[in-house]
Amino acid sequence: MALKQVSSTDEFIKGLWRDNPVFIQVLGMCPALAVSNTAINALAMGAATTFVLVMAGLSVSLLRNFIPREARIVSYICIIATFVTCVDYAIMAISIELHRALGAFIALIVVNCLILGRAEAFASKNKPGRAMLDGLGMGVGFTVALFFIGVVREVLGSGTLFGVDLFADGFQTWTVMVLPSGGFFAMAIWLLLVNWIRQRQAEAEKQDGERAREATS
Amino acid sequence: MNDPGYWSIFLNAALVNNFVLAYFLGICPFFGVSAKLETAVRMSGAVSFVMLVASVCAFGINLVLEAINAPYLRIISYILVISSTVQLVEMLMRKLSPPTFRALGIFLPLITTNCAIFGLALFQTNKGYGFVQAIVYALGAGAGFALALVLMAGVREKLDLADVPEIFRGTAAALVVAGVLSMGFMGFAGLGR
Repeated sequence: MALKQVSSTDEFIKGLWRDNPVFIQVLGMCPALAVSNTAINALAMGAATTFVLVMAGLSVSLLRNFIPREARIVSYICIIATFVTCVDYAIMAISIELHRALGAFIALIVVNCLILGRAEAFASKNKPGRAMLDGLGMGVGFTVALFFIGVVREVLGSGTLFGVDLFADGFQTWTVMVLPSGGFFAMAIWLLLVNWIRQRQAEAEKQDGERAREATS
Repeated sequence: MNDPGYWSIFLNAALVNNFVLAYFLGICPFFGVSAKLETAVRMSGAVSFVMLVASVCAFGINLVLEAINAPYLRIISYILVISSTVQLVEMLMRKLSPPTFRALGIFLPLITTNCAIFGLALFQTNKGYGFVQAIVYALGAGAGFALALVLMAGVREKLDLADVPEIFRGTAAALVVAGVLSMGFMGFAGLGR
């Protein structure tokens, strides 16, 4: 456990911005790019991943004293695969159309490096409550990131948002945004924005520090 | 059931629906090890090999699962077999070629969570490929992965020499390069089918 006790809210908040899985850690890129062609798909994918993150976090954390170190990765993968199978069948039951749109990518949540990464780095060392909170934060951060990419791609690529037409007939859609390469571009644009904001923050902090030092001297 | 020829399956997996650039599978190693050409070549070798083995295994498991009527075990059994295969390849490599093993470093165990391999197993099941078709599909996917990775590494080695704005360095630039590559691969649409 860390020396400084981190507050529970901070455990949740860090997934949203400071350690955002997609924009900062660049984990779980495959689904982030593949199913973000519309905002709805992005949200559904985010929700499914969040569920698996939270449940896997809880189970791994509960079992952390029983799983031998040598077999931990395999055990984690088994736990994750179980929950993914649940989600797969649940989505099929709720909406067969959504299941078709997301295709094999629901099953591919198993190999999302983000989930295994959190199980290994966080849930295996922390109490169940914290692990769930961490999973929830990461999941929401992931969903938000996916949603942002999805909005850009849907608005530019098909001129709609949640299937509602946004523009008059004259709008020339950017077909490239719906195609695979659009995923890379949309993601790159968001990444640039995040980098820029972080750079400004770092500079502002540096200047504040210098000013404080001048004031004290 | 339509029965596409082997050549068209291969072309389809390698170029038209390239795993990396059209399906976004295996993005992590794609960005992770594409900084140097040599590592990229080794990595794609390892991935292609694991793909081939995983494809054969997945075909066998699917037969068993169909026989005992338990398709809900598919995800869990596929991933277990793939991770044990990776472990096997890792041990083999450490024995046979230590320099390669060191060069691949962390990315060899990470093949376990490489979506390209798991995706391949799922797609071949969904498409209902036969045994030989599945092997051709795996070969094509491996070739496509290698092609994308090597192209990317070549571009990124040159990119290191360019003067890029600071916020653009690293992943953002790599993403744009990947986007342009992916656009190029769209030119192959209509080749197979």
